[in-house]
Amino acid sequence: MAENVLRLEDVTMQFGGVVAVNNLSLEVNRGEIVALIGPNGAGKTTAFNCVTGVYEPTNGRVSLNGEVIVENHPQAKMKALYKGENQGKYTAVVSHTPDKITQRGIARTFQNIRLFGALTVFENVLIAKHMRAKQNVFSATFRFNAKEEKRMRDEAMALLEEQNLAHLRDATSSSLPYGLQRRLEIARALATGPSMLLLDEPAAGMNPQETQELTDFIRQIREHYKLTIFMIEHHMDLVMQISDRIYVLDFGRLISQGTPAEVQSDQRVIDAYLGVADDAED
Amino acid sequence: MKQKSKQSMTATIVLAAVFALVILLEQVIKPTDPAAMLLTVLKKGSVYALVAVSMNLLNGFTGLFSLGQAGFMLLGAYAYAIFTIPAADRATVYRYYDCVVNFSFPEVFGNAIGGLGFILGWIIAVILAGLVAAGVAFLIGLPVLRLKSDYLAIATLGFAEIIRAIFQWGRLGPVTNGSNPLKSYIRLNSFQLRLGDFTLSLTTFVPMLMAAVCIGVIIMLVNSSYGRAFKAIREDEIAAEAMGISLYKHKQLSFCISSFFAGVGGAMLAMFAGTVQANNFKAAMTYELLLIVVLGGIGSISGSCIGAMLFIAASEWWLRGLDSGVFMGIQAPNVFRNGFRLVVFSVVIMAVVLFFRKGIMGDKELPDLVRRIRAKLGGKQKAGESNG
Repeated sequence: MAENVLRLEDVTMQFGGVVAVNNLSLEVNRGEIVALIGPNGAGKTTAFNCVTGVYEPTNGRVSLNGEVIVENHPQAKMKALYKGENQGKYTAVVSHTPDKITQRGIARTFQNIRLFGALTVFENVLIAKHMRAKQNVFSATFRFNAKEEKRMRDEAMALLEEQNLAHLRDATSSSLPYGLQRRLEIARALATGPSMLLLDEPAAGMNPQETQELTDFIRQIREHYKLTIFMIEHHMDLVMQISDRIYVLDFGRLISQGTPAEVQSDQRVIDAYLGVADDAED
Repeated sequence: MKQKSKQSMTATIVLAAVFALVILLEQVIKPTDPAAMLLTVLKKGSVYALVAVSMNLLNGFTGLFSLGQAGFMLLGAYAYAIFTIPAADRATVYRYYDCVVNFSFPEVFGNAIGGLGFILGWIIAVILAGLVAAGVAFLIGLPVLRLKSDYLAIATLGFAEIIRAIFQWGRLGPVTNGSNPLKSYIRLNSFQLRLGDFTLSLTTFVPMLMAAVCIGVIIMLVNSSYGRAFKAIREDEIAAEAMGISLYKHKQLSFCISSFFAGVGGAMLAMFAGTVQANNFKAAMTYELLLIVVLGGIGSISGSCIGAMLFIAASEWWLRGLDSGVFMGIQAPNVFRNGFRLVVFSVVIMAVVLFFRKGIMGDKELPDLVRRIRAKLGGKQKAGESNG
């Protein structure tokens, strides 16, 4: 039996009166590549933000490897305002800041690249190692952590070498070409030592050739780092080639799910992307 | 790695040479010489350099725009003064109150161990000054560090003003001496070693050494794993958090460490000035420090040091003549007397900001600059090496 790594149950995110994500339930199994697609404004990134702790969902539960990492239900003013379903199903409140969720093994990249622009490529990766280092501010300042520091540096360097970025180690990260910035962002996410990687539109702004390279790259890191990958993507070539399963979101709701072939032939998906004529005329 | 150890070797040698020169100058220059101003500038400059660097740690490296520096200096200055006033002098200092703190660390340790105990007690008082400032920073940080940019600046500025008011409050007189000054504690002038007939004066060397040690610690912190985490927060909070860096913990850490050194700087200012009075720690002092940080370059430690020395030299020494009507041998008409110094000073500052958009040093450090100049002088061969 496939084993759930990430599991979303009835996740609803309501901003004021707007329901951005409505009752989203999905699961990602170990070693899978799962894509979340949908038209612009469907709530894909919001769903990601609910998983990674950037937002606190209004209702629902997220668990990672069986452990509940996020859970919430409508409270205070939201009780009356709440437009979603399953009110009262969840009673606990589990809330973590994004750093705690990263520590549990979920790493992510961003739709608009968020590198530490003024820092070098090497420092960008090295910073991701800070989280798991055994040190405190005194031992770090007075260099009692020399062994730990060396380990961090060696690991960061090894990662850069694996990603073919080693020759750029001293370059300022904001000076890199766009494609390499994407690569670096993924490398940085890998440096946190995740079991699960969330990619938010990794191919945005890439040409077909770059997209093809990225496809191979994603496959390769999944094998190499034994990752489970959950991604948002608009490039259908990439999505259809690489995904084991696909979830389709429209206006915050899940409208379809299945293998690439199933989703491609689903009329609801075609309607969502192309629109449906209200009163068709000949 | 090899290059790094060579670099720190060079830095140590340069620093030792500077200190030796300072000690030598101190013995040669008499208080009545015009050059005595140089020593004053070095003393006050090291105080401002330390506090500016501590402010840079927060504003330049962690990206937290805080304006509470004067408040933390005040805390440090009071903590230091209160615990170093000799017991015998307390009655005269606290003329209107019953002093509650009736011991001084240097005396307590001096009586117990002797001469070295005196110095130990003094060091403890200085560290305590930092700890008091850091402790208060921790408490203030609990609510305030959740604020962003301008809001944080206003909250910390407000805090500094509140602290100043509280320390002048009569009810706290038994501790703070109310609005009356604290004096008779250990000042810089106390650092004179008597060796037979000869008196070795260390009044400039001591504050410079204190500043150098503290700034050295800050440099080591900035270059450590925690320093990188601070820079990550400055660059992009959301990304830093996604990399597993706890925003709150690291902001609090940076805030407390910065305040610790501001507190030590406050103690040094107390030693320099000879009296401590809450009313002197106005917001204007924070603005002076902010000016130094911006002039020197936000995110450059050597920039803050250079900025502090230039600022103090200009305001205390070079432009002093403008107030008395004589500048570089020119007799000025009466109009240009009192206050004219500040006019010229403002113009100079504006000129500096116009020509050095990112401050004197930008976000570079002195060694970077030396390396670049050397590469330029060395020509293409050297430049090729540094690329490789």
